[in-house]
Amino acid sequence: MDRTFSEIETAPRHEIRALQSLRLSQMIRRVYDRVPLYRQRLDEAGIKPDDIRSVDDLPKLPFTYKQDLRDSYPYGLFAVDRSELREIHASSGTTGKQTVVGYSANDLKVWGEMAARALVAAGADKTDYVHVSYGYGLFTGGLGLHYGANTLGASVIPVSSGNTARQIQILRDFGSTILCCTPSYAAYIGETMRDMGVKPSDISLKAGIFGAEPWTESMRVQIEELLGIKAYDIYGLSEVMGPGVSYECSAQSGMHINEDHFIPEIIDPETGEVLPEGEEGELVFTCITKEALPLIRYRTRDVASLSYEPCSCGRTFVKMKKPAGRTDDMLIIRGVNVFPSQIESVLLTQPGVTPNYQIIVDRAGTLDTMEVLVELSPEAAFDTVRLVEQREKALRAAIESTLGIAVKISLVAPKSIERSEGKAKRVIDKRNI
Amino acid sequence: MTIKQLSVFAENKSGSLAKITDALEKAHIDIRALSIADTTNFGILRLIVDDPDKAYDAMKEADFTATLTDVIGIGVPDEPGGLAKALRVLEDASVSVEYIYAFLGVHDRTAYVIIRVDDNDGAEKVLESAGIRLLRPEELYNM
Repeated sequence: MDRTFSEIETAPRHEIRALQSLRLSQMIRRVYDRVPLYRQRLDEAGIKPDDIRSVDDLPKLPFTYKQDLRDSYPYGLFAVDRSELREIHASSGTTGKQTVVGYSANDLKVWGEMAARALVAAGADKTDYVHVSYGYGLFTGGLGLHYGANTLGASVIPVSSGNTARQIQILRDFGSTILCCTPSYAAYIGETMRDMGVKPSDISLKAGIFGAEPWTESMRVQIEELLGIKAYDIYGLSEVMGPGVSYECSAQSGMHINEDHFIPEIIDPETGEVLPEGEEGELVFTCITKEALPLIRYRTRDVASLSYEPCSCGRTFVKMKKPAGRTDDMLIIRGVNVFPSQIESVLLTQPGVTPNYQIIVDRAGTLDTMEVLVELSPEAAFDTVRLVEQREKALRAAIESTLGIAVKISLVAPKSIERSEGKAKRVIDKRNI
Repeated sequence: MTIKQLSVFAENKSGSLAKITDALEKAHIDIRALSIADTTNFGILRLIVDDPDKAYDAMKEADFTATLTDVIGIGVPDEPGGLAKALRVLEDASVSVEYIYAFLGVHDRTAYVIIRVDDNDGAEKVLESAGIRLLRPEELYNM
C-alpha cells in the first residue's frame, strides 16, 4: 500500500459513491440558482434540482461544451460574484478568444490538494524540492503544481519555463528532487544536460511529473534514462480545474481520477450514450465541488477509457487510460493547444494569400516544430524577394500572436497544397506520439 | 515610358520553371529577357516578353502568382563604362536601384539594361538629361 496525501484516495467504493451523490445533488441545486445558462438548460430538459439525488441520475443532465464557455466569455458561467473570485486563468481557444476559468478561495484550496495528491503519488513529501518548469501565468500548469507543492509542504522552486542552461544550473545547485514540466521539455533538458556533460548523478532529481501534452512509453523511457528519474503522468484541463484532475501512481497503469471532486464518464461522442467500463469514448467530467466555475458533464474531447480494477498502489479511485486522441482537430504543440481553424481565420485577414494552408508538425529532437504552408493568391504582387519575405514576416507575426507559439511560414504557389476528394489535408503530423 | 515586366513566383521544386515556360509557349509568348532572384525555398522569375498583357493573362489562367511591374529600359553603348555612366547618374540623383539585368542587342552595338528603381519618373528625367537613351516599350517587345 502506497502513502497517499488524502485518506479518501483509499476509501471503499460505496463511500466514494455516497459522497459523490451528496455533492452532485448540492451542486445541481447551486448552479440552478446561480448560473442562468444551467437554469435554462435544466428547465428546457424538464429537470428540477430535486430530481438529481445520486450519481445514477447523472445521464439525465445536459452536457456542457467548450462552445458554451466561448459564448459566455469571459465570466458568463461563473457561479460566484466578484468578491469571491480569487483567481482567473485562461487557455487558448479558437479565433483568438481564450477559454476563461475562475477559482474561489475554496477552489484554490482543493486544487492545491489535488496537485499534492499527484506529488505524493510520485513519491514526494515535505522534504522535497519541487522544481516547477511549467510556464507561470494564465496557463494553469505552473501555478497548479506550485499550489500542490505548497499544500504538501514541500519546498517549491518556481523556475517557470525557458532558459535551459539556467534550469540545469538550478537543478545542480538548488538540489531539486521533483521536476514538473511538459514531457518534451523534460527530454530537452535531459539532452541539453548530456550535451553539456552533466550526468544524472550530478543532479538530485528522483522523480518527475509530466503533462499538458501527450507522450508515449518510449518517451517515458527516454526521459527516465536522460534524467535518472522515475517519470509520472498527470492529466488536467483548465475548464475542469488544471493539472491534477488525475495522476499516475507507482503502478503506472493509468491515472487515478480525483473522484471526490470530479465525476468521470465515458460517452459515445456521436450519440452521447454513456459507455461501460473499459470501452473507449469521450471523457466527460462533472465538477461537484467547484464554486466559481462548476461544470455539468463537460465534454473534454479527449478519448479515453475507465477501469475500476483494484490497483496495486491501494488507491480505489477509478483509473483513466492516457488519452488516445481527440474528437476534434486540436493539436498540442510544445504544450500549447492549437486549433487549425485559428490559422484559417488569420489568413482571411491577410492580403496576398488564400485561406488554403497546411500544417506540418514534426519533432526535431525532443521539441515540436510547426510549419505552416500558405498558398499565395494569384493576385499577390511580388517582383522582389524582399516583398515575399516581408509578407512571410507579417504572416508569421499574425499567426504567432494568435496561436501563442513560434511557427515557420512557407509561402507556396497557388493550388500546390494537395487536395484529396476536394478537401485539402490540413494537418500532417509526422510525430510518433 | 516605362517597360512592363512580368514577374512570376516559382517554388523551388523540380519542374517549377518548366511549367512557366510551357504556359508561355502555349500562349505563343516570345521571351526577350529573363532573370531570376532565388532564395532557398522560392524564386521570382522576371521576364520581358513580346506581349506582356497576354503573358500575364496566360499566367493567371495557369494559376501562377504573377504581376506586371513598370521598369525602366535603357540602351547604353556596348563598351567598358557603358553601364557605369548610367548608374552614376542614378546614384547622383539618389534614385535607388532595386534590381537590374542586361542583355545585348542583335543589331547595333548596344546593351539593353532593365532597371527597377524606386522612382520611375525621377529616374527617367535624370537619365534623359544625361543623354542616356530610354527604350520605348515597343522597341523591346518587337525586338
